[in-house]
Amino acid sequence: MNNMPAILVLAPLLGALFAGLAAWIQKQLSYYIALTAMAVSCFAAVSVLKDVVEAGTMQYRMAGWAPPMGIELKIDLLNAMVLVLISAIAFLNLVASVKSVEQEIPDRAPSFYVMYLLFVVGLLGVSATGDLFNLYVLIEITSLTSYTLIALGDKDRGHLAALNYIFIGVIGASFYLLGVGYLYITTGSLNMADVAVILKGIQGSSAVLTAFILCILGVWIKMALFPLHVWLPNAYSFAPVGFARVVAPLMTKVMVYVMIRLMVTVFGLDYILDTLHLADAVVWLAVTAILAGAFMALSQTDLKKMLAYIIVCEIGYMVGGAWLGNDLGMTGAILHILNDALMTFALFLAVGNIIYMRKQVAFSNLPGLFSAMPWTMAGFVLAGLSIIGVPPTCGFFSKWYLVLGAFEAGAYHFAAALIISSLVCAVLFFKVFEICFFASAPGDPDHHVAGSPQPIHYIHAAGHDRAGGDSGAGTHPPAGVMAEAPVSMLAALGLVSIAIIAAGVYAGTIVNTIILPFLQ
Amino acid sequence: MSDILSLIVAKYNFWLYIILMMIGLYAMIAKNNLMKKLVGMNIFQTAIILFYVSIGYKHGATLPIIQGGHGGHSAHDAVIRAADYINPLPHVLMLTAIVVSVATFGVAMALCVRIYQRYQTLEEDELRMRVSEKNNL
Amino acid sequence: MEILISIKPLLTVLVPLLVIPILVSSSQKPNVREAWIFGGGFVMFFLVASMVPAVLSGSKIVFTLFKLAPGADIAFAVDGLGMLFALVASSLYIVTSLYSIGYMRGLKEHGQTRFVSFFALAISATMGAAFSANLLTLYLFYEILSLATYPLVAHHEDAKSKISARRYLVFILGTSIGLVLPAMIYCYHVTGTLAFSTAGIFAGQLSKPAATVLLLMFVFGFAKAGIMPFHSWLPAAMVAPTPVSALLHAVAVVKVGVFSIVRVITGIFGVDLLAAFNLGTMVMVIASFTIIVSSCIALSQDELKRRLAFSTISQLSYIVFGVALLSPSGQLGGVIHILMHAFGKITLFFCAGAIFVATGKKYISQMKGLGRQMPVTFAAFFIGSLGVIGLPPTGGFYSKWNLILGTLEAGQTVFMAVLLVSSFLNAFYFLPIVYQAFFGKGKDDLSDAPVTIQEANLCLVVPLAITALASIGLFFFPRMFVDLIVLGLNL
Repeated sequence: MNNMPAILVLAPLLGALFAGLAAWIQKQLSYYIALTAMAVSCFAAVSVLKDVVEAGTMQYRMAGWAPPMGIELKIDLLNAMVLVLISAIAFLNLVASVKSVEQEIPDRAPSFYVMYLLFVVGLLGVSATGDLFNLYVLIEITSLTSYTLIALGDKDRGHLAALNYIFIGVIGASFYLLGVGYLYITTGSLNMADVAVILKGIQGSSAVLTAFILCILGVWIKMALFPLHVWLPNAYSFAPVGFARVVAPLMTKVMVYVMIRLMVTVFGLDYILDTLHLADAVVWLAVTAILAGAFMALSQTDLKKMLAYIIVCEIGYMVGGAWLGNDLGMTGAILHILNDALMTFALFLAVGNIIYMRKQVAFSNLPGLFSAMPWTMAGFVLAGLSIIGVPPTCGFFSKWYLVLGAFEAGAYHFAAALIISSLVCAVLFFKVFEICFFASAPGDPDHHVAGSPQPIHYIHAAGHDRAGGDSGAGTHPPAGVMAEAPVSMLAALGLVSIAIIAAGVYAGTIVNTIILPFLQ
Repeated sequence: MSDILSLIVAKYNFWLYIILMMIGLYAMIAKNNLMKKLVGMNIFQTAIILFYVSIGYKHGATLPIIQGGHGGHSAHDAVIRAADYINPLPHVLMLTAIVVSVATFGVAMALCVRIYQRYQTLEEDELRMRVSEKNNL
Repeated sequence: MEILISIKPLLTVLVPLLVIPILVSSSQKPNVREAWIFGGGFVMFFLVASMVPAVLSGSKIVFTLFKLAPGADIAFAVDGLGMLFALVASSLYIVTSLYSIGYMRGLKEHGQTRFVSFFALAISATMGAAFSANLLTLYLFYEILSLATYPLVAHHEDAKSKISARRYLVFILGTSIGLVLPAMIYCYHVTGTLAFSTAGIFAGQLSKPAATVLLLMFVFGFAKAGIMPFHSWLPAAMVAPTPVSALLHAVAVVKVGVFSIVRVITGIFGVDLLAAFNLGTMVMVIASFTIIVSSCIALSQDELKRRLAFSTISQLSYIVFGVALLSPSGQLGGVIHILMHAFGKITLFFCAGAIFVATGKKYISQMKGLGRQMPVTFAAFFIGSLGVIGLPPTGGFYSKWNLILGTLEAGQTVFMAVLLVSSFLNAFYFLPIVYQAFFGKGKDDLSDAPVTIQEANLCLVVPLAITALASIGLFFFPRMFVDLIVLGLNL
């Protein structure tokens, strides 16, 4: 039997154990153990994806116990993709994190790595498991570790943000658990495939309806679907950078995966769409989420907060796409799991780099960044364009499928929301680009009034002083000097930027080899 | 009327857990003190655990421990009927859930301690004031 | 039609892209950097030129880069229309490169490496747009071009350029995402394809109201074409250095907008469908409005570059106007105006830049008597004006002739009046400048002392002389370009 699915999940788990132990010997050791564990996991994930694409769905029975008694890891095309995504992002972020952890939480580095690995175990487990109750436990592992990691962040507000996250997270998980309870009462099984078969015969039951609503509600709370999003912006923006970079792209996306898994595999799309008649309402909810997220992002003055609200907006894309009730919409939603994870990761990597150099990412800290950190900004611009949906970045193509799906379903309000949010995102990002491009620093006399005659003279003079100097230099101190983030952080950003383009131009391939076969 | 009553009586365990849940939820939403919120959270989780435990129960059944050893080697062994034993699975699941809830509770308490050390209060309105004071400096 | 598969279109797009890293790495050695710009420019031009014979012989050169969905790949296809546009843009890129060396060094501009890098990116995107095989690819390069131009518009990094760049983005990106994107996806939803074909892609699947809305979304959505009311970014974008205004805001960027509209009218809707629904007239009314109004505004502008910008807005609408005539001569006249106007208008912009570098003067009222000081520049300015007005012996005459012929063919004599009135307006806002420059008296030269000839440096004068001469040359040798258009539009 191919043991890769088990290795995939167990490598970081064992890694966490050894990283914790190794910290007694030497602190630095835990980082290398973590890195190795993630590398192994990442390799296993890729090999699983390859096998699944070639040979179809893979079932792995833990310790050889057959379901429904035993615990089963069931990996089909969808979660194979998600697993690769998780392990690759977690690995890359670990590479980028060594410097920011050193800077932010030097005394807690080993515990950071241990918790980080456990967090990844949770995510990988959630994506790999074929068992409803295990799903709950793994979601809770993920959540517990993220509570602790968020609390490591901002000294003033991190703890409070984490505590609020706990309250809402517990409610979400409990709803899910309750839903599973109802499923168990009606079916007597917890294995997803098993439950799905039994559910086919008892679709009219109100207990099944209750179970479905409770499960979905729980998952929505966990993924921060508007209006259940209130915990997210604070939790993500006060987390330490090393963790924010991984939780922001992955946590919500994995929850979207869980939603899609519940919809497609457990309850069945026929049941949800034909029996329940909820789809219209949910698509409207998604529309609200998209617009609310986008407009709330507009009012932010801190880059991290702004990105957090953009996540809220993107969640609306995926929920809406999944509930459109056609293959195109579902394709868009699944493709967007991949794409949005990449884009958000790139954005947060860039933000991490900026924080590493400038400590803060309030808009007033940003001027002159294009000249000071050109590489970071290149990655940031690319990811931003992808969020806006400019081809050939990947964001365009998921939007393409989503809008097509909306047209097919006749959900023109959803298409309109997608377009409007693209426009708002364009405003958002170009506002940031503009601040970063123009070089006036917060302390400079020419900072405040854009339009008074004085700044023009000042900058013009500066422009002539710099004549021949080629960096397009800013007047932000240190003027015109490149102050880039460390190579490890840039390398991660570079790789993700390439992935954003690649996921864009190979969107057709991804859809044809992974998503469409999964939906059939 | 009697229908509703009989429904309530027949499924009394459901009603109990729902009432408990609502108490917990109320505390989490309405209380101003973080510790009280935590207690509410714990009640909320416990309600669900009780729900699970109660669905495993059967009238007239006993603990799922098969007397006289198991396996076919003792000749006088009667046929084992599932209806004689309560369903152990929900109980086992709840062991895990209890662990999860204890762990969550622990983390939350630790956070409360840290917050108290920093701000000398656990009342939410005061906390909000002090946090904004700190960040406007 | 013969189909040739060749990697050349892709190479044409890639060459400027590949040069960019070299430009960045040689930022401390301006001469090396400039050499690479020319190298890239010439290679690109020769690649384009090498495809001309095949296209002229009636074949179509195709190359599929990525397969996305059926009918919506990232793919290139070189036909007559694209070839015409690519020839214009790639040849003028070389000339503009020479000019921009003189301009940027003459003014000692900052950030020259950034400038040339984004310039190269912009020209790459222009080539991609010219060679697009379908609307999706066209949209892709359209957006890249929008973004590549942003740092060029914001080049001066002062408050004014900040506001202009912002306006530029709001108009260009707002319309393309807000109007073109949904319209395009709707087209794909209805037909399942976005590939251009002269017969159109809607086989009776579109009702008249739907077609009207879609067409309007496209015409206004490609705001680079400057159709009113989405024109005001263009005058604002004149804060950019003059080479940008010259190549991008007289040739590449704005013509990509027009080119996209031409593609949509001829390749997506198809002439027959528009004729059946009588939608051509609607577009012509919109274009006529822009032609007349922006000509009038141009009259009132004192800043030379702004006057040129409004003139550009009006001239761009000629192209849309011609194509919307839906008659062979009209379409020929419209499309060949891409070429003729490009050479005329770039000459005018080069002149404006040369005057600014040599004298620092931006306003027309300051230019009295300047012709005696800069005779070559103003002679070129005169030729450029003739080209834009549409008088012989310049190529502009050819396009205007065909446009008027087209209105007669289509039986739209009312619209002929639009063309005539606007030609008069053109003459009114250009010729006085030349007259005043040669015969007027500026405030400064009260003394009658002989004026010394003081042209701008050679890097600036040579390009404008070349484009002025080319503008005359096109009057005598338009044959090849006409053939390209006839092939491309299947006239």
